[in-house]
Amino acid sequence: MKLLEIKNLSYKVNGVKLLDNISISLDKGSIYAFVGPNGVGKTTLGHTIMGLEGYRDFEGDIVFKGKSIKELDVYERATRGITLAWQEPARFEGISIEKFISSSGKNVSHDEVTEILKDVGMESETYCKRAVDKSLSGGERKKVELASILAMKPELGILDELDSGIDMDTLDNIFKAIHFLKSGGSTIILITHSKAVLRQAEYAFLMCHGRILKEGKTSTISRYFTRKCLPCDHKNVPDE
Amino acid sequence: MSEEILVEQAGISKIIEDERNASLIIDRDRIISKNTVSGLKVDTAKIKDGVKINIFLENDINIDRPVHLCFGVTNKKATQIIKLNMEIGENSSMSVYSHCVFPFAEDVIHAMDATIKVGKNSKYNYIERHIHSEEGGIKVIPKAVITLEENSRYKSEFELMRGRVGLIDMDYEVFCKSYSVMEMSARINGWGDDKIKIKESGNLIGEYSKGALTSRIAVRGEATADIYNKLVATADYARGHVDCKEIVRDNGIANAIPIVEVKNSKAHITHEASVGSVDSKELQTLMSRGLSEEEAVELIIEGLLS
Repeated sequence: MKLLEIKNLSYKVNGVKLLDNISISLDKGSIYAFVGPNGVGKTTLGHTIMGLEGYRDFEGDIVFKGKSIKELDVYERATRGITLAWQEPARFEGISIEKFISSSGKNVSHDEVTEILKDVGMESETYCKRAVDKSLSGGERKKVELASILAMKPELGILDELDSGIDMDTLDNIFKAIHFLKSGGSTIILITHSKAVLRQAEYAFLMCHGRILKEGKTSTISRYFTRKCLPCDHKNVPDE
Repeated sequence: MSEEILVEQAGISKIIEDERNASLIIDRDRIISKNTVSGLKVDTAKIKDGVKINIFLENDINIDRPVHLCFGVTNKKATQIIKLNMEIGENSSMSVYSHCVFPFAEDVIHAMDATIKVGKNSKYNYIERHIHSEEGGIKVIPKAVITLEENSRYKSEFELMRGRVGLIDMDYEVFCKSYSVMEMSARINGWGDDKIKIKESGNLIGEYSKGALTSRIAVRGEATADIYNKLVATADYARGHVDCKEIVRDNGIANAIPIVEVKNSKAHITHEASVGSVDSKELQTLMSRGLSEEEAVELIIEGLLS
């Protein structure tokens, strides 16, 4: 049984089709990438899988572990093992980093939080008590977002632009953590237009204008993305 | 007996046993205990339904340990009036924790009328923590006029730690002279039929004076909140900021009235206010981590009021 199946999914906002008849399926314990330039629907597809507010009114179906999750809200999908790390994570006044991470995993111990923070390049002594608020830089907030995903140990983790604002050394640690999650049976979707991130995936879906233009092994999609997709001006006609 | 209840509720039993800590414990109109330290003079006198208090900190005195005031009422029905006159001398510093404890209130009025003067180059931190009954049968009506002399600092925090608000009708006004700095914040969680009225005014009358007014309020059930924050700058290079955030749930009603008034072209004041439901992105982030909507809202409100 596939972990996730998306069947003929189309999603419109004000008559504009942002996702156009998408059908894909994902296996358990693999790393996938949704790749493509800005504005092609990668994040929208991620939000639709997560069932965020405003992204649940679509055509087609999303099936998770053999059951449709179309009617489920974010919380219900999360309790079934789906989660999302946001491209621009929310800021929380007064909620400490430790509280935020431990709430994500429910009953994650202080020692576990310390280990997880280390995985994303953060010292627990410096960060545990700090708030997840405006005082964190964009990169710091991004690391905390990823740490909370690691704490949750999801069955399906959707990581949107995980590399933005992250330094290279930390990115290497994060890649290791993602592979560790995979080894524990998690399936990861990396939403990206970065080749470094794309390389972490085993299989990739190239998106253009709300459609899956190509799918295949990462090496194949990476070549296509670099040579054919990036030079394309994407004026509603995929460069095929 | 009433002393034990008050200090236990306030969590200061061990603190007041230590003679190095200045403290004053009042139950309604009775002085239960008083301890002062070098340089700090505390005079009290009984008045109708309350106590008149004069607190004077001499010049060049820095009190390292916080002074603990505990003004409470252990009766179910009573009126407590506190008339406070506080003067902090020059080049001095002091922190005061004021524990306002009304654990059994069914029909209690606690009214405070304070005049506070912070001397030149001095620093005064004031933290007011309220512990109320679950019945909400209390009216808290604190009023204060605070004057900050040149290069002084005043920081106040108002928190309702436990129990129902009942009615809080606060009116604080601060006058900031040259180079002085004022920060006032209030964090209150209202539910049931609680009524929260906060009026905080800052007057930046001295050059290079600074002021910040911060309110963090949550109202649920049928609770209401009216927050009036006013900053007025009349002096050169005065700087100020008003920041009000109110979360409304159920049938709660919140009004935020931030007023900034600048009467000097070299002064600058900013304000931000947000009133309404819990931020959708914050809520959905926590829900995507497996928290139910209720758990997520609780955590967001807990953070806001922390």
